[in-house]
Amino acid sequence: MKTVAAVIVLLVAYPLAMSAVDNLFYVSFASRVLIYAIAATSLNLALGYGGMISFGHAAFVGTGAYVASILFAEGVTSAWLEWPAAIAVSALAAAAIGAVSLRTRGVYFIMITLAFAQMMFYLVTSMKAYGGDEGLSLPGRAELGLGLDAGNEVTFYYVVLGLLLALLYALHRLARARFGRVVTAIRENEVRAEAIGFPVYRTKLACFVIAGAAGGLAGALLASHGKYVNPNVLHWIQSGTLMIMVIIGGVGHLWGGLIGAAALLTLEHLIAEYPVDWLARLAPNYQQHAGLGVGLVLLLIVLFAPQGIAGLFTRRARAP
Amino acid sequence: MSKKFLAVIAAAALALSAQAADRIKVGFISTLSGPSAALGVDIRDGFQLAVKMNGGKLGGVPAEVLVGDDQFKPDVGRQLAERYVRLEKVNFLTGIVFSNILLAAAPMAWDNKIIYVSPNAAPSPLAGKQCNPYFFVASWPNDAYHEAAGKHATDKGYKSAYLIAPNYQAGKDSLAGFKRFYKGTIAAEVYTQLGQLDYAAELAQVRAAKPDALYIFLPGGMGINFIKQFVAAGMSKDIPLIVPGFGDDQDILRPVGEATLGLFDSAHWALDFDNAANRKFVAAFEKEFNRLPSVFAAQGYDTALLIDGAVRDVKGKVEDVQAVRKAMKAAHFESVRGAFKFNRNQMPIQNYYLRVVGKDAQGRLVNKTIGTIFKDRGDAYVQDCPMK
Amino acid sequence: MSWILILEQSLNGLQFGLMLFLLAAGLTLVFGIMDMINLAHGSLYMVGAFLAATLVQATGSFAAGVLLAIAASAAFGMLLEVSLLRRLYTRDHLSQVLATFALILILNEAVRLVWGSDAPLSMPAALSGPVELIPGLMYPSYRLVIIVVGLAVAAALFLLVTKTRMGMLVRAGASNREMALAMGVNIRALFTAVFGIGAALCALAGSLLGPLLAVQVGMGENILILAFVVIVIGGIGSIRGALVGSLLVGVVDTIGRAFLPILFGLFFQPRVASAAGPAIASVAIYLLMAVVLYFKPQGLFPARG
Repeated sequence: MKTVAAVIVLLVAYPLAMSAVDNLFYVSFASRVLIYAIAATSLNLALGYGGMISFGHAAFVGTGAYVASILFAEGVTSAWLEWPAAIAVSALAAAAIGAVSLRTRGVYFIMITLAFAQMMFYLVTSMKAYGGDEGLSLPGRAELGLGLDAGNEVTFYYVVLGLLLALLYALHRLARARFGRVVTAIRENEVRAEAIGFPVYRTKLACFVIAGAAGGLAGALLASHGKYVNPNVLHWIQSGTLMIMVIIGGVGHLWGGLIGAAALLTLEHLIAEYPVDWLARLAPNYQQHAGLGVGLVLLLIVLFAPQGIAGLFTRRARAP
Repeated sequence: MSKKFLAVIAAAALALSAQAADRIKVGFISTLSGPSAALGVDIRDGFQLAVKMNGGKLGGVPAEVLVGDDQFKPDVGRQLAERYVRLEKVNFLTGIVFSNILLAAAPMAWDNKIIYVSPNAAPSPLAGKQCNPYFFVASWPNDAYHEAAGKHATDKGYKSAYLIAPNYQAGKDSLAGFKRFYKGTIAAEVYTQLGQLDYAAELAQVRAAKPDALYIFLPGGMGINFIKQFVAAGMSKDIPLIVPGFGDDQDILRPVGEATLGLFDSAHWALDFDNAANRKFVAAFEKEFNRLPSVFAAQGYDTALLIDGAVRDVKGKVEDVQAVRKAMKAAHFESVRGAFKFNRNQMPIQNYYLRVVGKDAQGRLVNKTIGTIFKDRGDAYVQDCPMK
Repeated sequence: MSWILILEQSLNGLQFGLMLFLLAAGLTLVFGIMDMINLAHGSLYMVGAFLAATLVQATGSFAAGVLLAIAASAAFGMLLEVSLLRRLYTRDHLSQVLATFALILILNEAVRLVWGSDAPLSMPAALSGPVELIPGLMYPSYRLVIIVVGLAVAAALFLLVTKTRMGMLVRAGASNREMALAMGVNIRALFTAVFGIGAALCALAGSLLGPLLAVQVGMGENILILAFVVIVIGGIGSIRGALVGSLLVGVVDTIGRAFLPILFGLFFQPRVASAAGPAIASVAIYLLMAVVLYFKPQGLFPARG
């Protein structure tokens, strides 16, 4: 509990410290990290808690991003309309995709979720009216109203932070509620859960939809933050990136999404930005090959520390 | 925990990166990897050559050029732009090859009142309604080469033309430009996927349509593959191919080889231009890099000289961005293409020439200038631009 | 729409389908027998292409270079299996997915370090012209060679799987692994061999497609998804299924790219028509997979009993 409070305090104090040294770039960077934390946490719900290996999660993030962007491009600039719309449409997409996919098991589930995500990718790419391949640039961020300026990096950061903390709290409560326990039971042994009489299909679908909705929110925030959206946000490699974050952070752990997003994005940024002399002597140009490090870290974690970073800190063992 | 770490690092970095007031920083983002890397590499080499020949300075002030690879991805380009503009606080942003990446990344510059100088892409929306005071083009408006090619096709008497371009803004501009000056029939207008490499399906369609001429706008790796496959399908003997100048410059002539001999194209520059600036440039480039410069390298070189001239005019005081803009509009520099002047939408007004692929004295494949297609041409969109 | 056009496009579809088959065949065997999801299969295709680029240049002969590349890739694949991948057989699917995804990242960067982001590979000069198949149809000879090689390899694989002892072990392992183990089959050696064959097939596809597409980092990712779709349609563990699936996908893709834009061109603007064709073709492939799974959840020719 104390660690949690400390972390929250740090997160709250961070942008103020950065503004003091006039470095808004790193406030913007941190907002991006938090947005990815929301996306990773949403995947964690489906993957870590629900045990559903969805390789198509990027589709929901992307759907949210495009809904928000298209609305903005068509004149609906209020965040209070855009973001809930993004959540709603992503939830619908998740319901549709989940309803079909959850009838399959194992690798077929993975393939079908992947397939649906790719379908959305191709559909979005062909929408020339909204940029297609080139993506869609927006003139500004979604308007927050209430006298707040979303263009102000610090303000936007706090909005994102608030949403992330709300999501984490909701997830925390959900995990402890009956719903959460049923989800855990299904993940651990689906046959037994079915035998006991739990509504397996409905529960999994509900979990999938909630995850999709949260992913949609992350997408809307991402589009607003960068004022730009492009079909790559739906590509299966993005799903993979989100999975990496979840695994590195700790699959099934509440803070896994945040830790994973922070770790991955910070690592990538540090490698690109700050050359390490001895490493450069060993491998000149290593900064262009950050993927190698990320891949190695991921491989090592999968092989030797499947609980991720969070797993290193909690003694609570989780069934693999 | 990681947030605190981040904060400490950031603060330290900021303290370390406090810049000297008298240094010009240029952010150079380009496509330096993948099948079309040759274009970005040429622009970069041309640009850096100019800086080097100026003693590492631009306008008399020491210059630092930060080079980033957009990997042909708009979001990567955009993120690089954000880093250069907001973190590195560059004075100029430049380098991008492709229009889609430009449209994603350059707004980062001009939204923050940083000047972007384009060494290549200049999509038509930015020539007209969306012209931007912080956007300067050192190369040509996107449509230009295609308009010239269209006129050439008309002059040559081709009654029907089959058109192919990639499905993105520059592709759209290219065929619109060609059609603006081509008076024959359009047999078909086909848009392929950006980055597509296998053209079997499209070539079969061309063969079935039997046009008088085939006009393609396929830059970089796309063009290399298309022309090779065009030859492999046995169509090069039957159907004349016309390309815009960047469809058969050095980056394509080298890999494709002799199959390109006799190919006609349109461009604003060629190796054999006989002015002092160009002779100096070609000689220096060949000496430094052991290869002939392409039109992309020439553009990169001119971009650096354009910036150099502007900075010199404001005597190094680049913080006054409006003064820099004014100086840049005056374009006081010796361009390798000859005379240079800007239109009021900050895109060049210049001549366009007809070239043909032949061999130089050493037997290397080069483009030779054989005629002038347009004199002092601007572009078709300037009337929509509100700038003066 | 002339017959020549239809014939030519059909050949294109066949060529594409056969190359896809080479990848799908290896993937379905690995998946069927070892029950392992190997996302890095596309990376083996990439490595094969890069090796071919270097070896063709080194030996000066296209055929020699490709054959050597195949051998080298098979060796590399087997090394990968023995050192790393065999630890994943007993792990859950998520771990396999993640570990092989990590392998994609690592191999992409490793290739970039060694070769740079792309490598030149040209078709042999002798094959860079057309051949007149029937009067009026000039087809690139190189593509024709690809079709012939693809068909030959398909035939060879069939022979291997149905007529040889090893093939029998493979089929046994695919349909019931525990039983095969219980019967005393040297499963470890079999797995390594199968992986090696898969890698060799990938390298062949990569080397042959290299001159047509481009040998570049990341080239495996897009084709990998298609290969997975093919094996899901065809049935995991079945070579016959992989062939049928690949040809189906090849046909759908060709129709989409070649004929749909013409159809749409009648109703829509050129840019929209041109974009819609490939998009619909891609969507159609996934829809095809969904439909097949709905009616036959194990694919068209399931290997498992």
